[in-house]
Amino acid sequence: MALPNLVLIAVFTYRPLFSNIYYSTLDWTLGSPTATVVGLGNYVTFFSSNDAPKVLGTTAVFTVVTVGGSMLLGLLVALALNAKVRGTTFARSAVFAPYVLSGVGVGLVWLFIFDPGYGVLAWLLRGLGQQSPQWINDPQLSLVMVILVYVWKNLGYCAVVYLAGLQSLPQEVMEAASLDGANGFRRFISISLPLLSPTTFFLLITTLLSSLQAFDLIRIMTPLGTGTSTLIYEAYLQAFGAYNRAGYSAAISVVLFAILLVITVLQLRFVERKVHYS
Amino acid sequence: MTSLSPVSPDPATPAVTPPESAPVRDRPLSRRNLAKTVAGGYVPLLIATLVVFLPLLWMVLSSFKQAGEIVTTDLKIFPEGLNLENYRTAMTTVPFGQFFLNSTIVTVAGATIKVILAVLTAYALVFVRFPFRNFIFLLILVALMVPPQVSILPNFILIAGMGGKNTLWGIILPGLGTAFGTFLLRQHFRTLPGSILESAEMDGAGHWRRLWQIVVPVSVPSIATVALVTIVTEWNDYIWPLIITDRPETMTLPVGLTLLQNSESNAAGWGVLMAGAVLVIVPILIVFAALQRYIVAGLTQGSVTG
Repeated sequence: MALPNLVLIAVFTYRPLFSNIYYSTLDWTLGSPTATVVGLGNYVTFFSSNDAPKVLGTTAVFTVVTVGGSMLLGLLVALALNAKVRGTTFARSAVFAPYVLSGVGVGLVWLFIFDPGYGVLAWLLRGLGQQSPQWINDPQLSLVMVILVYVWKNLGYCAVVYLAGLQSLPQEVMEAASLDGANGFRRFISISLPLLSPTTFFLLITTLLSSLQAFDLIRIMTPLGTGTSTLIYEAYLQAFGAYNRAGYSAAISVVLFAILLVITVLQLRFVERKVHYS
Repeated sequence: MTSLSPVSPDPATPAVTPPESAPVRDRPLSRRNLAKTVAGGYVPLLIATLVVFLPLLWMVLSSFKQAGEIVTTDLKIFPEGLNLENYRTAMTTVPFGQFFLNSTIVTVAGATIKVILAVLTAYALVFVRFPFRNFIFLLILVALMVPPQVSILPNFILIAGMGGKNTLWGIILPGLGTAFGTFLLRQHFRTLPGSILESAEMDGAGHWRRLWQIVVPVSVPSIATVALVTIVTEWNDYIWPLIITDRPETMTLPVGLTLLQNSESNAAGWGVLMAGAVLVIVPILIVFAALQRYIVAGLTQGSVTG
């Protein structure tokens, strides 16, 4: 009964992990019938060239800012959604919507908004007497642009998860605190935030994992990856961009997988000890 | 975004009446109370909603604009009329109808098979005794953490070697194994009372009958949740179809949109690209609007472990 599914998972999820390790030891042009075994050569090339600091640096910046940004803004939106006013149900769905939309479609829409010539952002800036920044041509601004859109697309997910956390906080504790004279801000800092720590930890892991896999927006908004080449994008470019360097790409995938594995192991160890799911 | 700050007491702890506002409660419509509700409750909500909607509204408005209305320094917010020219151009520059058909086939076939496999696997993991059951569940859990992106090169080599390049089955096959759906349904099946199955077993019903006549009918909401989440992911899937197809005949919508982006690279093409984006985004937006409760629940609880 379970067999077809298990075979599929084995062939298309587990087998590639081992194939990648094997491919990473080859100097191999994708599509070429011959390959040379180079051992750890691809890793040596990666870590001793400019690629490692550039790609790992971009990955670190992208991951830290998108994870921090979407969690922080998600928490603020969750607080707004937790208000006792009409329309929160609609607003909750609205802020979640970008999370389910095609990254390709969303990326194009934002690329148009950011367009330095005819984008609406440039038009607004012109109204203020400002020049539009060169979002497309400046590598650093490209990274800023992709990060902004990624946060826009994913903060609704954080908001909904945080909202569920906020709504499950024990009301008695909050009431006791407010009788003791703690104001809203104080109650938030001293009670809500510590009680939300399982939610925060859960979101940290899930957003970290998905941020390390971000591909669609980067591909659409900055196809050449100038300034935005994270590990996953560099692995794609090396194998399927102009170079067809399959072995080198596999080595980068292995590095990415090693990072994901460390996060997963840490998560499993922490989840058992600290986080309780009902 | 500063107006979303938690300094305002209302959004932070709504269920609790802050002491300073307690007397005001007597007159719910007093001006002070009203102003506080608007500033603390509605303004942040409105800003959050607008930040989401304005870009999408801009996409729709721009899709009706002619090139001259876009390539201009005198930008108008609304298009001059409901001009469908961009949609016509998008459909003729690239075969959008074909992309739409391909995406529909890939989504329907992929999602159907995945949901069936998930139901079967979850049933086996919960109700059938077999060796290494827990170990197999662990392997499925770990598979949840493995992103498809790190598998693309080996899977490309395998599928291309099998002749699956530029075929719909080549797009569908590698994604069929489902760890997510299996996990979600297993959690649900475990909550079913064992007694209903035991009495069926007494009556001589085999696993197959127990599955389809008892377990599936009582699990419709969970299965629907898994199905919807799967449909959304299949529809939006990008990296794999991008790699395994390079001919328009087998491209899915997101890949076709990339093709359109390449051929409409000048500023006059933005209207056409927005029309293309509408065609990709709006179907999912409609599904989401109709069934958001299940989708939000599935995506947020399903990710509890990955």
